[in-house]
Amino acid sequence: MNPEELSYAKTHEWVAVAEQDGAKIATVGISAFAVEALTDLVYIDLPKVGQQVEAEQPFCEVESVKAVSDIYSPVAGRVIAVNDTLPDALETLGSDPYGSGWIAKIKISDEAGLANLLDYAAYQKQCAE
Amino acid sequence: MKNTRDTQTIFELSRSGRRAARLPACDVPEHNVADLLPAASIAATPPALPELSEPAVIRHFVNLSTQNMSVDTHFYPLGSCTMKYNPKRNERAAAMPAFADLHPYQPAETLQGMLQMLYEMQEMLQEISGLEACSLQPAAGAHGELAALLVAAAYFRDLGESRTKVLVPDNAHGTNPASAAMGGFDAVTLKTTADGFVDLDDLETKLDEHVAVLMITNPSTLGLFEPNMQVIADRVHKVGGLIYLDGANMNAILGVARPGDFGADMQHYNPHKTFSGPHGGGGPGAGPICVTEKLAPYLPTPIVKTLGDQFVLDYDRPKTIGRVRAFFGNVGVLLRAYAYIRTHGPDGLRRVSENAVLNANYLLSRVKHILPVPQGHRCMHEFVASASDLRRDKKISAMDLAKRLLDFGYHAPTVYFPLTVPEAMMIEPTETESKETLDAFAETLFRITEEDADLLHDAPHTTAVSRPDEVRAARQPVLSYPE
Repeated sequence: MNPEELSYAKTHEWVAVAEQDGAKIATVGISAFAVEALTDLVYIDLPKVGQQVEAEQPFCEVESVKAVSDIYSPVAGRVIAVNDTLPDALETLGSDPYGSGWIAKIKISDEAGLANLLDYAAYQKQCAE
Repeated sequence: MKNTRDTQTIFELSRSGRRAARLPACDVPEHNVADLLPAASIAATPPALPELSEPAVIRHFVNLSTQNMSVDTHFYPLGSCTMKYNPKRNERAAAMPAFADLHPYQPAETLQGMLQMLYEMQEMLQEISGLEACSLQPAAGAHGELAALLVAAAYFRDLGESRTKVLVPDNAHGTNPASAAMGGFDAVTLKTTADGFVDLDDLETKLDEHVAVLMITNPSTLGLFEPNMQVIADRVHKVGGLIYLDGANMNAILGVARPGDFGADMQHYNPHKTFSGPHGGGGPGAGPICVTEKLAPYLPTPIVKTLGDQFVLDYDRPKTIGRVRAFFGNVGVLLRAYAYIRTHGPDGLRRVSENAVLNANYLLSRVKHILPVPQGHRCMHEFVASASDLRRDKKISAMDLAKRLLDFGYHAPTVYFPLTVPEAMMIEPTETESKETLDAFAETLFRITEEDADLLHDAPHTTAVSRPDEVRAARQPVLSYPE
């Protein structure tokens, strides 16, 4: 996916929203800036399929050689898919953060949270600060 | 990784039949072990213990020890760890047979010297913290956190209150939220401001009658004294909550400020930091806790008290949370801390803190011209510099600087903590370093920042092993021999 067309949370998650069978599905990952800041990753605790998630609340975590960091769900809804290949190929988060490094797909239940997301330019500005 | 000249393991040095000691012939009747133990308790094959001569063992471990850095060999400004010099007289006190040869099952009347020492230690720690009761049992700082949170839980249970939340600022040691979770609470992160202090607005939104405890490290991990401490304590107390002080940074305030006076209801000490106990290698740690009078009934049991002219162990404590450690805790470390406290006395301890803060501020005044210190025009016992400009401009990270410092004979500062400062280098010189050492360190740090980035990326160059693969070490650790 083209990073310039994605939406971003202040907490460094990216979101792509697509329509599927009349429902809105959010694909979620973490930005290249976030991966760079986390440094070498050693572990990811993926969310569970079926798990209900709330906007701006932690829904999984990633561990680097430095620290354990929460990943926040940018939207409210239910997890319908997770990227099972990630735990054994964490380097994907760095090499293709906006493609094969996706983390979870969430069926959105409440679209209110989407309004709080940043566009690419605004997110870049935040990262530069 | 460039250098991989790691030593052979002791198993690789082993030769079948080699011995460090030969035992004389047995002069008591021998029994077959199979007649004494059930078959299920007897291993089919003997354990694969290494077999070496005594000189080979000594050389192996002495050579390994020379690859290490310690406060006895190098300046060790590892922030938040308070790597002060460990006076050798502490060791002499701890090794005295009157202490070292005791057995904890001896009757109390034959342990009076030890019990007196422990009793006086309780009293001194209470005095230093401004709190009314003490338990010496916890075996480490984080264990003290957990014990104190269990004390808080017992207290609220007794009051019939159901409180589930423990508030922890985002620059706290990771042990704080971990202890909260271990204690059965939900750890809730409190934001800090750009200045590095607790965000009072965030506190307001998270403070309610479900809050059991706010855990605060003051002075903080940024080396700053929380200016709103009183406001924070008052607000938490107003909703019926308790203040826990993480005593990791007590080295900055001994004899200057007492946690009990600035609102803390509970605290732990790290005797290996504040009171010059050894950091590892010297035996297990200790994390004594002090609490206010209303929490005293819930402290771990036993506690040393006086009965007439005798020192006794008080087990008659119906509201106690119970034991958290065998016997009286790790008395060897407590004894070293006791020797340190008694050596300095009240005025001396205050000078310890004054000099720790003076040294940190002097080093800050030099380092801030080399690396920006985002929250520091001045500090308490430590400060946190940031290598983020250097990383952006020259691709030199805090890790690169830390690794290169090893080549110059300095243990690295703490890096990448606290998480609120990008590319953090947390520097704590302690009071036991001279101006010459601090100057030389600052000059070396400057020299390194001027070096070629590629040289730094491969550092250290002088150690037996250059840079271990941290990802592989975390994901595919080799924890046994043979693999």
